[in-house]
Amino acid sequence: MGGSVKMVEETLKLAYGEDSKFIKDKRIAAVQALSGTGACRLFADFQKRFRPDSQIYIPVPTWANHHNIWRDAHVPQRTYHYYHPESKGLDFAALMDDVKNAPNGSFFLLHACAHNPTGVDPSEDQWREISYQIKVKGHFPFFDMAYQGFASGDPERDAKSIRIFLEDGHAIGIAQSYAKNMGLYGQRVGCLSVLCEDEKQAIAVKSQLQQLARPMYSNPPVHGALIVSTILGNPDLKSLWLKEVKVMADRIIGMRTALRENLEKLGSPLSWKHITEQIGMFCYSGMTPEQVDRLTKEYHIYMTRNGRISMAGVTTGNVGYLANAINEVTKSS
Amino acid sequence: MADSVFDHVVRAPEDAILGVTVAFNKDTSPVKLNLGVGAYRTEEGKPLVLSVVRQAEQSLVNDASRVKEYLPIIGLAEFNKLSAKLIFGADSPAIQENRVTTVQCLSGTGSLRVGGEFLARHYHERTIYIPQPTWGNHPKVFTLAGLSVKYYRYYDPATRGLDFQGLLEDLGSAPTGAVVLLHACAHNPTGVDPTVEQWEQIRHLIRSKKLLPFFDSAYQGFASGSLDADAQSVRMFVADGGECLVAQSYAKNMGLYGERVGALSIVCKTSDVAGRVETQLKLVIRPMYSNPPIHGASIVATILRDKDMYNEWTIELKAMADRIISMRHQLFETLKARGTPGDWSHIIKQIGMFTFTGLNSEQVAFMTREYHIYMTSDGRISMAGLSSRTIPHLADAIHAAVTRAS
Repeated sequence: MGGSVKMVEETLKLAYGEDSKFIKDKRIAAVQALSGTGACRLFADFQKRFRPDSQIYIPVPTWANHHNIWRDAHVPQRTYHYYHPESKGLDFAALMDDVKNAPNGSFFLLHACAHNPTGVDPSEDQWREISYQIKVKGHFPFFDMAYQGFASGDPERDAKSIRIFLEDGHAIGIAQSYAKNMGLYGQRVGCLSVLCEDEKQAIAVKSQLQQLARPMYSNPPVHGALIVSTILGNPDLKSLWLKEVKVMADRIIGMRTALRENLEKLGSPLSWKHITEQIGMFCYSGMTPEQVDRLTKEYHIYMTRNGRISMAGVTTGNVGYLANAINEVTKSS
Repeated sequence: MADSVFDHVVRAPEDAILGVTVAFNKDTSPVKLNLGVGAYRTEEGKPLVLSVVRQAEQSLVNDASRVKEYLPIIGLAEFNKLSAKLIFGADSPAIQENRVTTVQCLSGTGSLRVGGEFLARHYHERTIYIPQPTWGNHPKVFTLAGLSVKYYRYYDPATRGLDFQGLLEDLGSAPTGAVVLLHACAHNPTGVDPTVEQWEQIRHLIRSKKLLPFFDSAYQGFASGSLDADAQSVRMFVADGGECLVAQSYAKNMGLYGERVGALSIVCKTSDVAGRVETQLKLVIRPMYSNPPIHGASIVATILRDKDMYNEWTIELKAMADRIISMRHQLFETLKARGTPGDWSHIIKQIGMFTFTGLNSEQVAFMTREYHIYMTSDGRISMAGLSSRTIPHLADAIHAAVTRAS
């Protein structure tokens, strides 16, 4: 019920570090999960069962399914400030206030990198402050890391937030997904890990995670996990993967630059620097639902009504058309 | 580091069934036998990947145009259609009238869980009646889904057969509208199935009390060797125009165990209802795992859609079923020849992967200790784990267990 052992081993190295002492000391309870969704859900069910009085703090905005997951796990939800619409960046002061004001020992959902849907990530210094304050309050940090390697092109760099928290001595949980960074979307490959005090506790926690997985799907699908363990377990394949993930990340970063430059060349009156400041798959454009509707109706451009653009859908072939359309619907605002 | 917020979490007991394999693996005896988990083994005691499955996988891998994009929440459409045809029959009125919704799920377990969650949210009766005994995971699946579990009498230890009277009484006194879990064929763990006549009586009772049948079909084709014969109970219920749920698994009959391939079908009165039900199933699935895994379902669709591959599959399936039936007969004959006390005819009367031997937990423990035979403590043995070579050893162990003094 724990899934492919090798796959989990390699996956922990990616998140915690190749030479992580936590791995060596066997302090991590980890099971293969059904991609990021399944990992979050398993953790939410575990949280409900073993900390039944706890609640989860979720950033505003977040991936819509996060709300569904914790709701179906019957864990009460609160929100914390995250996105600052005026600057199209991080509302850091309000975020810190929310961390401070939450009751001690609350659970906080953090996007490790490439926040979905905004693409806005805390800076390293901001992460350190967040980590410090979370420690002071005794909160439990749960990381959803769906884009490791896919954000900056460098998996180590994308795991920085997690490493900061580990250095600061937090016990954390992590949901990892291979949907994007290995393109294994439909194979449903991921991992849930919980850092424990010692090996004994890790064994106990792992056994309880398996108890939750068994009445849901018994054991996870082998195929995707085998692909992952084959790649990560072979130095040549792993090295090839690192190259390929960087190519994907670079193309997206290139499209961000191209979209911003195109908009600026068109003489848009608005600032579009957030396009290149945000990171990962998505750009939170700042467009209103009405503007998005116009993009769809008049230009046949499809995106979610919160103005989130999937940069992966942008190509050198369509970036000009997209920039023109965005400019047309926003220039009078 | 401060005290962990999970400091109080205790180690959970090993899963009873899978725990048998864990113990088996630790044993170093050369004569050890794993009759625990319900996975098919060849005469050589090895797992079997069906030849037609390998073919299907190869063709998938060779197809460079295939991608790994997310499936829809309800899974691979072609897989869903073909699965419904497989269990209900291509000419089923429910399918013709478009009043079945079928969604791809994670094998039988996932199908049961999604169905259970749907019922807990949308059905007026939150009680599900499950047979005594049943697969160990059933009560947990339905409890976590939000239903309350009650039992109906099923197995009669005295006859090692069906407690039909008890079954009728218990379902007869269930509240109107309660959900009833039925093993479509090859009851797990007992191998005891109702006869066709008994199924008809059960159907009549269930319909007259407006109980809602939920079939667990994990062994279609694997029990008798015939896909149609093993689907008879389900089709009987669908033929009367009533509603039901069916959880299908391809773990055993296609040997796709670890790929986690299955389907949940809900047969509704009208296609309009089926359409709305489907939209609600999506809301159950999305916060659980978003969408199901592509690989296994693609293998199934590849095989079911191709006439030749389908035929090959039925042949390989029958071969597995036949080998198991042959093991039943060999074990029975061997015990008879040894003069082992007791009536062992249930071994050949029961059907499917398992035999409920009737051995008690002390006898089982004895057999494990002295003969390195691993099985669940309820006396259930997986016939698939046997071969002509190992049957004598098992017969020796059973003989010793029932004749020893204590």
